[in-house]
Amino acid sequence: MIELISETLCTRCGLCVAVCPTNVFSQKKGEVPTIERQSDCQTCFMCELYCPVDAMYVAPHADETVGVEERAVAELDLLGSYRAAVGWGPGSAGRLPLPGETKVFQATKAAEERPRAQTERKGVGLHAP
Amino acid sequence: MPRTNTHSVTDDAPVELHADVLVIGGGPAGTWAAVAAAQQGARVILVDKGYCGTSGATAPSGTGVWYVPPHPEERRAAMGSRYALGGFLAERVWMERVLEQTYANVNTIADWGYPFPTDDDGRPFRRSLRGPEYMRLMRRKVLQSGVKILDHSPALSLLVDEHGVGGATGIRTQTDQAWTVIAGAVVIATGGCAFLSKALGCNVLTGDGLLMSAEAGAELSGMEFSNAYAICPKFSSVTKTLFYNWATFYYESGEVIEGAGSQRGRSVIARTLLSQPVYARIDKASEEMQTWMRQAQPNFFVPFDRAGINPFQDRFEVTLRLEGTVRGTGGIRLVDETCATGVPGLYAAGDAATRELICGGFTGGGSHNAAWAMSSGYWAGQSAARYAHRLGDKHHLRRPAPLWDAGAGPRQAASESAGSTGEVISAVQQEVMPCDRNLFRCERNLNDSLRRLDAVWHTIRYERAPTGSLQKRREAEAMTATARWMYTAALERTETRGMHKRTDFQTADEEQQHRLVVSGLDEIHIHTEPVQHPLEVVPS
Repeated sequence: MIELISETLCTRCGLCVAVCPTNVFSQKKGEVPTIERQSDCQTCFMCELYCPVDAMYVAPHADETVGVEERAVAELDLLGSYRAAVGWGPGSAGRLPLPGETKVFQATKAAEERPRAQTERKGVGLHAP
Repeated sequence: MPRTNTHSVTDDAPVELHADVLVIGGGPAGTWAAVAAAQQGARVILVDKGYCGTSGATAPSGTGVWYVPPHPEERRAAMGSRYALGGFLAERVWMERVLEQTYANVNTIADWGYPFPTDDDGRPFRRSLRGPEYMRLMRRKVLQSGVKILDHSPALSLLVDEHGVGGATGIRTQTDQAWTVIAGAVVIATGGCAFLSKALGCNVLTGDGLLMSAEAGAELSGMEFSNAYAICPKFSSVTKTLFYNWATFYYESGEVIEGAGSQRGRSVIARTLLSQPVYARIDKASEEMQTWMRQAQPNFFVPFDRAGINPFQDRFEVTLRLEGTVRGTGGIRLVDETCATGVPGLYAAGDAATRELICGGFTGGGSHNAAWAMSSGYWAGQSAARYAHRLGDKHHLRRPAPLWDAGAGPRQAASESAGSTGEVISAVQQEVMPCDRNLFRCERNLNDSLRRLDAVWHTIRYERAPTGSLQKRREAEAMTATARWMYTAALERTETRGMHKRTDFQTADEEQQHRLVVSGLDEIHIHTEPVQHPLEVVPS
């Protein structure tokens, strides 16, 4: 769940309030947004991805709040880590690092074809065992 | 006349707008519908419960796409690949046209500048899409098409008159304004129903469109194929299952669970979870493969990295999260190739519409789902625009009325504790989430669940409306209705086919190679529909 909006990093742009699909945040004019409805958070990480200054931290725990200290996540370099991995971070010019996709696809296809061959041999495949 | 076409967040007066086409839902299907309708010259409004661009199952995730070049052999193989798994319920003609439309749409996405990677031979590789990138691009294309987007604007009810559906009404959650859109035609692209399970991106998918359409008289098909569960680290929301093909599953003792696996052995995992925890470790991936995995799906690794787990070395506890009809295939029945629902002016697309037409009763990865969303969305938008155009310019004079009205519902008795929407939702979740009820089904459990779900339905519709916002009340109603349609169809199908597993009927019955169509709210009707264009399977 969303655990942190850094008051020191936040520019009060309100983008997180706009993009959150489950409307977790509220914002008074000119202030740092607040995590108003934390239990509605679905842990989708989209706010963090859209935050232009890496001021947010979504803990990976979906069903419970864990409590997060800004200093701790900053020390672990976690602020903005997902945005960087996706290629939306500063310096990545919005392009994605994509070289893994074809390899994973080919490997997956090979893995999928094995069980399919079995199904066809048995001639049923109406229920996965 | 429209009251106004622009409005600021400080304006708390009701928003009233007119359009040729209203699209409800801003995921892949809804955005394709909006773009296609605008291409026909229609004035289009798109409303999203959350934010078009981040809402729904695709945006935070990523998906394979059923992108197959137009070579007859490749297309034939693609159609045959999941035909048996789906229980022989898919339609050849629909598979052919989805493959054709998907190929065209994905090439269009490339033309729009989506950064597809290239394979080893330098050819573009277009069989997967990254959710954040894809949906950000789709929002931009929707806006560039001149479509007006209302974010944070859940629909509460369709509007109807003697001609059929003529718009919808809802609320703007960030300003507490009511909104009304009078439209010549409406496209339902609200996604499936995952019962607030927190499967990745799925908590906006609560079956709202299924309920609104059924209230207008639409039928649903394949609702028994609604029990998809995804493997997921127990603490996490990241229900991406691809990499579990390289996992080994373990008991708490560290002993390997024989037969457990992502593709064929998910039932073994489910059975084990009924009595004890299950652990996984992605220990079949080479080091090279591990590097590719990180590049291909960075979001898979976010929860592990943040929890200090190395999934290639450490065993971590897993669970199964319900994805309901999102990865299941049931939804609104389509009556023809225009994605019409049979209710004049009402069209459906994406997960909200039945995906049985191309998948039958089983869905594996997202590849078919993404193809279905962009194809059916495209057709629904195009058809809705043409329908609105045929109505002529007088359709703006219509004054359709809502089918559901918060004020006309049951009043809460002050002396009685009315219960909250949260309690209603928990009650429904208790019926649909446990694997020993929904994944492994039997007559006795289905009957018990239906009796309790019927009671919930009757209470919230006729006795006491639960406390909570209008949006949550409608979500609670939609989930209750969806669960009842699911289990009514599941009870009727006395066999095992596709993802529908009956412990009391463990094999497929040739006599039941047909689709099941449900309709109705208080009383649910059910009838069968034959497969019209089966795929001719060449015996190997």
